[in-house]
Amino acid sequence: MDSTFIYIAKNLNYDYPGGISALRQICFKIGAGELVALVGANGSGKSTLLKLLDGLLFPTAGELQAFGMKLSESVLETGNRAAEFRRRVGFVFQDPDVQLFSPTVWDEVTFGPLQLGISKDEVISRANEALALLNIGSLRERPPYLLSGGEKKKVSLACVLSLRPQVLLLDEPTTGLDPWSQGNLIDFLLQWADKDKVLVFSTQDLDVVEEIATRVIVMGAGHDIVADGKPEEFLSDSDFLLRNNLVHEHSHRHKELVHRHPHLHEHRHEH
Amino acid sequence: MTGGGFLARNIAGFTQALESVLVTENLCRISGFMQSLDPRVKAVTLLIFIIFVGLAQDFPVLIAIFILALVLVLLSKIPVAFFLKRLFIFIPVFTAVIAIPAIFITPGTPLVIIAGQAVITAQGARTAGLLIMRVVDSLSLGLLLIFTTPWTKFLVALRWLRLPSLIVDVLGMTYRYIFLLLHTTNSMFLARQSRTIGGFSGAENRRWLGRALATTMVKSQYLSEEVYLAMLSRGYQGEIRTLNELSLRSRDFIWMAFTLVAVSLMFWSIYR
Repeated sequence: MDSTFIYIAKNLNYDYPGGISALRQICFKIGAGELVALVGANGSGKSTLLKLLDGLLFPTAGELQAFGMKLSESVLETGNRAAEFRRRVGFVFQDPDVQLFSPTVWDEVTFGPLQLGISKDEVISRANEALALLNIGSLRERPPYLLSGGEKKKVSLACVLSLRPQVLLLDEPTTGLDPWSQGNLIDFLLQWADKDKVLVFSTQDLDVVEEIATRVIVMGAGHDIVADGKPEEFLSDSDFLLRNNLVHEHSHRHKELVHRHPHLHEHRHEH
Repeated sequence: MTGGGFLARNIAGFTQALESVLVTENLCRISGFMQSLDPRVKAVTLLIFIIFVGLAQDFPVLIAIFILALVLVLLSKIPVAFFLKRLFIFIPVFTAVIAIPAIFITPGTPLVIIAGQAVITAQGARTAGLLIMRVVDSLSLGLLLIFTTPWTKFLVALRWLRLPSLIVDVLGMTYRYIFLLLHTTNSMFLARQSRTIGGFSGAENRRWLGRALATTMVKSQYLSEEVYLAMLSRGYQGEIRTLNELSLRSRDFIWMAFTLVAVSLMFWSIYR
């Protein structure tokens, strides 16, 4: 087993019950300090891959290693190994309503550390720290169902941060956030990252990729990896982005002239 | 039944249910007397009163408990009209089902004879009166507990009372997700209303309702699977561990002492 990398995926395949393919021949290695963006069109398998990385689903073929051990159902059934893995990896679901199942925000934030057998004083200290980090201490006694979308996202993140994970997996973290909250979240993640930690997040927003990621994995329509490298290698290649449905093409009329171009963040016209 | 009326009535019903939850949540947050008590003390003492109400055979004692409940409502800053409205929603149903038959079937001295056939006896009237008063008292005490105890704290009290943690956890999550599914269902009705011009027949409405129910069920099943994964992701291993952060204060001991003295006095007044 190679323990130099945090994650090693070797020819990973995942099929949903009924044989529907979600991931095909996925191979990568992720090391400490990397900030990895998973991008790809809807249905390309990003969320499924994140669930595999969190040991919630298991490959139907191929192998996934995390922290030098093979991730399998039997490994994560063993109390100590499962607790160790859960302590090191935090996953924020795309839909906060899935993640926020406790009666109050405080119960939510203390849930993870309590299940992992951490002492009561330590749990309280971690929960307070996570609430303070995201500036949501005032929500402490509120029931999650009465929070706004942005608040729910922050609480979802806080309840994972209270685990003090080394790996943070985020499924579309900025979806549904207003620009101010998005900016706050990006600042927070950049502050959180360091040489020992790993961030893997899925997104459709190329601006977020540009701001956070040090590496991009592009998932294609065939549920496979079509590119893996530094963001600057892909984000300026409009043909590549268009081909992989990461941007769309639209028409412009400038007086008599009609032309089509990919919808990137900035473009110039010369007449 | 037209589409507009059917949808509007259902949407109004969902909205009312959601509002009612919000009102109750807000009442729990007021700084009143009952809200300030420890939930365990509140649950146990009100349960003692409810058990006593079930045993009491005396009108003055039952009336005294109702007055005590009203005083507690005032001390807890709950609007009395709101409280009474909630209380008396149930009474007519109960009266029709249980109390009215008791008037006629309890043997005793005839009080009123209706149409020369049905006889209301003095003992029957007294039994029905006692039954109604017991229901009024028990409901008052139950509502007092609901209106002054946040659901989360109530669950802590249940856990402390040694209710199996699985039941308490399921209760907690059920409450949480009923609220969410209520929102989802409300959105489905609103979405249909936004695309509805004119009316639908009753049969069409029933067909749509059936489909909506099936969709909600599928959604709730998907939700339950995802919630389970979210729990696993944060270390759930079959039993939920929680923090117990409750502590008793002097007012809790004063209230417990008052409850014991009041119940003892009432016992004494009945059985002396």
